[in-house]
Amino acid sequence: MSTKVDESEQQELAQPFGSCPLPIFDHPQIVLGHGSGGKLSAELIEKVFVSRFRNPTLEKMDDQAVLDVGGVRLAFTTDSFVVTPIFFPGGDIGALAVNGTVNDLAVGGAKPLYLAAAFILEEGLPAADLARVVDSMAIAAQNAGVQLVTGDTKVVNRGKGDKVFITTTGIGHMNRATELSADRARPGDKILLSGFIGDHGITILSQREGLEFEGAPESDCAALHGLVAAILDEAEAAGDLRSVRVMRDPTRGGVATVLNEIAQRSRAGMILRESEIPVRETVRGACELLGLDPLYVANEGKLVAVVAPQIADRVLSAMQQHTLGTDGRIIGEVVEQPSGMVLMRTFVGGTRVVDVLFGEQLPRIC
Amino acid sequence: MKYLDEYRDGDIAAKLVERIRRVQTKPWVIMEVCGGQTHSIVKNGIDHLLPKGVELVHGPGCPVCVTPLEMIDKAHAIARRPDVVFCSFGDMLRVPGSNGDLFSIKSQGGDVRVVYSPIDCLKIAKANPDRQIVFFAIGFETTAPANAMLAWQARATGMTNVSLLVSHVLVPPAIEAILSSPQNRVQGFLGPGHVCAVVGYREYEPLAGRFHVPIVVTGFEPLDILEGVLMVIEQLEQGRAEVENQYSRVLDRGGNRPAQDLIGKVFEVSDRKWRGVGNIPGSGFQLRDEFREFDAEHRFSVETIDTMEPPVCIAGQILQGIKKPHDCPAFGTECTPQHPLGATMVSAEGACAAYYAYGRHLTDADLVTIGANGK
Repeated sequence: MSTKVDESEQQELAQPFGSCPLPIFDHPQIVLGHGSGGKLSAELIEKVFVSRFRNPTLEKMDDQAVLDVGGVRLAFTTDSFVVTPIFFPGGDIGALAVNGTVNDLAVGGAKPLYLAAAFILEEGLPAADLARVVDSMAIAAQNAGVQLVTGDTKVVNRGKGDKVFITTTGIGHMNRATELSADRARPGDKILLSGFIGDHGITILSQREGLEFEGAPESDCAALHGLVAAILDEAEAAGDLRSVRVMRDPTRGGVATVLNEIAQRSRAGMILRESEIPVRETVRGACELLGLDPLYVANEGKLVAVVAPQIADRVLSAMQQHTLGTDGRIIGEVVEQPSGMVLMRTFVGGTRVVDVLFGEQLPRIC
Repeated sequence: MKYLDEYRDGDIAAKLVERIRRVQTKPWVIMEVCGGQTHSIVKNGIDHLLPKGVELVHGPGCPVCVTPLEMIDKAHAIARRPDVVFCSFGDMLRVPGSNGDLFSIKSQGGDVRVVYSPIDCLKIAKANPDRQIVFFAIGFETTAPANAMLAWQARATGMTNVSLLVSHVLVPPAIEAILSSPQNRVQGFLGPGHVCAVVGYREYEPLAGRFHVPIVVTGFEPLDILEGVLMVIEQLEQGRAEVENQYSRVLDRGGNRPAQDLIGKVFEVSDRKWRGVGNIPGSGFQLRDEFREFDAEHRFSVETIDTMEPPVCIAGQILQGIKKPHDCPAFGTECTPQHPLGATMVSAEGACAAYYAYGRHLTDADLVTIGANGK
């Protein structure tokens, strides 16, 4: 293969789309990093999607849109699930698809009500596997108190999909006077985390790569609506619902990515304490071995909450009394400066910046 | 965690820093050779804990960074072939060649896979008998045994669809090149722990003697690095220049003999070009003649490709400890992990990328604020 041919191919591919007046997206092809949740994803969303659909609701960029429909406040969200393998310790793609969308509604302060599900099935998928996935969805929906009320199914040729892809869309009722949004963190607020991080991502990675670890981790896949309700109940009891500023479930991109989003949107800084961030030994071991940082590894049943200092201790104990929050901690504080950045006090007493990753976290060579 | 938490203890770190303060009377410049050490120093903020007179400069030990652009272009030319499954360590995927990176080749239909162990290539080869499996065998002495094992097993099991694109480099010739440079500032070294776990540290003794520099073979955890710095400074202050072993829980003077035997059977020493530094005689490995059929350069007869590095990039001087990332006008502005201009910005172990990832692209004013908030 001569390099000349490559160059001309490359130039042809590098042409921006047509004569589009919108911001030029400087990747000739989509790369996997565009799905990482990092800077590449943000660039894709802004330059390709938000620029074309621009409206005030979309521009809030929360995990769910909050809509006023005939005087009723509704939360609305959608999410696609493409995990490999489809069955893994601690869950499967079905449970993930229900819980993921339930969580995106719940962290906005909504009571999740109804789901729609669309399935893309690959020719050759064992029917028993599909039944197992759907059984799991039914159980997850029941546990989360939501009904699956509409759906769609498509089948694609073998090799054009990967067993099963599921998209779920959810509606919830904003039944409390919450004001949760990523731009509401204020200096002095406490940052709460509901438990051990990185379990889901490391479980999937070790399944995918056939890595075996002592005391293998399990995915933390869970519906967070109950934990969220416990937190909001406590804040309501304190007569201070607005003191719960923002809640997020740190999925793709992990805790670091979610906190950076909040810091940037709130124009505030954050200081974390590495010693307070709970990471299981197996997950830490796997991360050390693979050269990954657990702060960027995905979770599917964890909650990050930014809470005003006067009710932080009450909210923390409410969190710890819930089964999904027993290992909850205050991991840091919101500060004024440096605005839009997350810093961390390391184990040895140094300070470092916890930045947003560019694309996918890559295992280091040694 | 056993064997990790013990080496990250904040109280012991503070005591080590205090001992360094007591011992040090003059300014010293110490180079950590390994990219893994650079990463740990910046990630944990260790350089900020040290007294002002102790300057850490970052060495050439980032295997991804020093792999020459020509070799990366060759890798990309092979990875684009439809008959090839191209396997690599993860952090090589984002390294730009003259024309994109392995991620973009993958997005254009190339079959590019990340492996954790070179031996995984044998499984891939068995599962894809009609395709050519090429492993990008880069690294220092650390990765040499596993890479050698791939060639060894491929030959032993008669696999005809496996080959290695070899770009192996060695640490001692690079240290010698740094110390021989008229611009050299380095007065002592934290030696490469993982490299010495394989080959031992006998080879470093003549270097310490000839150039009169202390070399302390050091581990990667914060306390390892602080202890290594202390041991180097003690030697410097006392006028000693010896090879000492801080990382004795992992290695001894002789290193891992079975690994050395395997390396010797598969590889032989050759001249190698280092990205940003240039040709260093006897500074790398190539496959021995008996393994020539497993050499991807030979199998795919890729032509030598002429390349050009951006003129603004000072990666070569950074890799030799002459300059720091901050000294580059493009650092953090024109040159970022999104758009790296040179070797040291591409891998997490590269000094520029490590500085960038942990916020060192900020202005001094920002850093003062960080310090204030952090304490």
